[in-house]
Amino acid sequence: MSLNDMPQKDLEIVCPAGTPAAFAAAVEAGADAVYAGFRDETNARNFPGLNFDRDEMADAIHLAHSRGVRVFIAINTYPRAGDPAPWHRAIDDASRLKADAVILADIGLVEYAALHHPDLRRHLSVQASAANSAAIRYLSREFGIRRVVLPRVLTLPQITALNHAIEVETEVFAFGGLCVMAEGRCALSSWVTGRSPNMNGVCSPAEHVRYERDGDILVSKLNGLTVNRFAPDEPAAYPTLCKGRFRVCEKDRYLFEEPASLDARAILGEFRAAGVRAVKIEGRQRGRAYIARVIRAFREAIDALHAGRPLPPSELEDLREGGEGTTGAYRKEWR
Amino acid sequence: MSRGRGETSVPTAASRGEQRARISMGPVLFNWDAEVLRDFYFRLADEEAVNIVYLGEVVCPKRIPFSREVLAEAAERLQEAGKEVVFSTLALVMDERDLGHVRAVSEAQGILVEANDLSAVEYLRGRRFIVGPFLNVYHEATLSRFMRDGAVRLCLAPELDRPRIAALSMVEGVEFEIQVFGRLPLALSARCYHARAYDLHKDNCQFVCGRDPDGMEVTTLAGESFVCVNGIQTMSTGYNELASAAHELREMGVGIFRLSPQRCDMIAIARAWRDLLDGRIDAGECRARLKKIVPGRRFTNGFFYGKPGMTDIGEHQGCA
Repeated sequence: MSLNDMPQKDLEIVCPAGTPAAFAAAVEAGADAVYAGFRDETNARNFPGLNFDRDEMADAIHLAHSRGVRVFIAINTYPRAGDPAPWHRAIDDASRLKADAVILADIGLVEYAALHHPDLRRHLSVQASAANSAAIRYLSREFGIRRVVLPRVLTLPQITALNHAIEVETEVFAFGGLCVMAEGRCALSSWVTGRSPNMNGVCSPAEHVRYERDGDILVSKLNGLTVNRFAPDEPAAYPTLCKGRFRVCEKDRYLFEEPASLDARAILGEFRAAGVRAVKIEGRQRGRAYIARVIRAFREAIDALHAGRPLPPSELEDLREGGEGTTGAYRKEWR
Repeated sequence: MSRGRGETSVPTAASRGEQRARISMGPVLFNWDAEVLRDFYFRLADEEAVNIVYLGEVVCPKRIPFSREVLAEAAERLQEAGKEVVFSTLALVMDERDLGHVRAVSEAQGILVEANDLSAVEYLRGRRFIVGPFLNVYHEATLSRFMRDGAVRLCLAPELDRPRIAALSMVEGVEFEIQVFGRLPLALSARCYHARAYDLHKDNCQFVCGRDPDGMEVTTLAGESFVCVNGIQTMSTGYNELASAAHELREMGVGIFRLSPQRCDMIAIARAWRDLLDGRIDAGECRARLKKIVPGRRFTNGFFYGKPGMTDIGEHQGCA
């Protein structure tokens, strides 16, 4: 029996790891599965100093499997035309290293994996933007996709209806950075910097970030473009384009999204009732202390849920951007 | 409604460059009044410069009921005039109601359809269809897969650069199209930014997007041009302008040049492009003519040249 077939608690926690230390912390804190990527452009968190070389990945998988924890390898950028070899190698190595699943976004790659590694479990990345039953039917029938990570555009009722209409598992984001755009369909970053999540595995990349002083105002810029201006009493945030403050209709505002993190811990029971199989924590760029605290809080919450106990109070407020939490698109009002 | 199907010959990479380039009018991405749409398409029907016309609501399903009749009428008129007519599907499909729209378009007989979401591919499989710019096709294997599903044409995604387009265009047996004029689609969201900017909820949006038939400009706090909002869609502020790349695109085998409708004299835009593609004017003159048609608009074209999309390379690059 493979780990994938083992009986699981009904709502899994899928945790990020960008370093071996964070990986160990996630395993220790109670993750059901950990997702990680190779140290190159094949994954959507292609940041300097992050991710795993092949040996580190082998060690991480060994550690996880010895603790009954599964490992998903994210190969979720879009291959460069004329040069798909790095992406093919990543899939081949994920199979060789006995990863429990690969998380893929590109249809050509999904087909490659299905053809060359039929036994390697295939999950669909959120970057593939599959948000409806017909798209998911196409992917499951044609390429044997077993799980779909849902784009952060759907409401809870929409997720419930979707789960009734499809046979594959669904995984939803529950904590961390919140994409306000449909993932995999956003070129804001390349519009301003030339580098994007789909092509390069980066969004609003750090090498283009500058902070400048304008009197007592702190100005955050991305490739020379002003993303925000912070008064002395305001916490300064990283200039992710969709989280900036802009001028529209002669008003200055957070047009796309306020500085806030997704925090769906309070609605875990609703995810379970909606037929969701797994909740995902965002943050492969986060350190091990952050990972440990978030995973532990979610582990406690899900254990309480299973035991029919009330949720323990959340202690994650200080880990949220600007201290604010949002349930994003899961609540219709957000739209 | 059978015109336009079956007559698209399948070119090889070698032969593509020699066929006469065609000009297409992309779907209207903005919320235009029905009468404006009707006038727009009836004028297009009589215009020689445009060969292909894409119709249909791509951005917001709430707008569909207002244009349905007019678009059906326009399709008939355009087909009578000898245009290839294509229906474009919704780009962001989030529930069964949205799927109903995609399905109705996809399963109508005798209509060529542009798929802008995987759901449309599911419905269109086994028939000839077009892969729209909202589907992610970044490398050859993905295109080949869609071709086995029935794809006969790919409209390239906006952020693709020259080397990627060159590599993709080596795939044989499929037509390539690229947007060369108008605001570029950059992102989609479940959230309506138009409603948000007007302090309205999406469910009670009062169709405020209709107030900005060319999109609503968003600037930075320093007053710099940033993006443009069109309902749930975010677009480029600059009008994409690829006259300087036309020759190179032709050499790569791109045969269809898409103009994305803005509220300006699109017929004049199409004629300028026709003259460019037929060799009557050069890229510099084409650009100068475009500038006169949309005075005050910024042109951008960085994506093609591997730069930030908001860059304007100007008129001298890429002509050599």
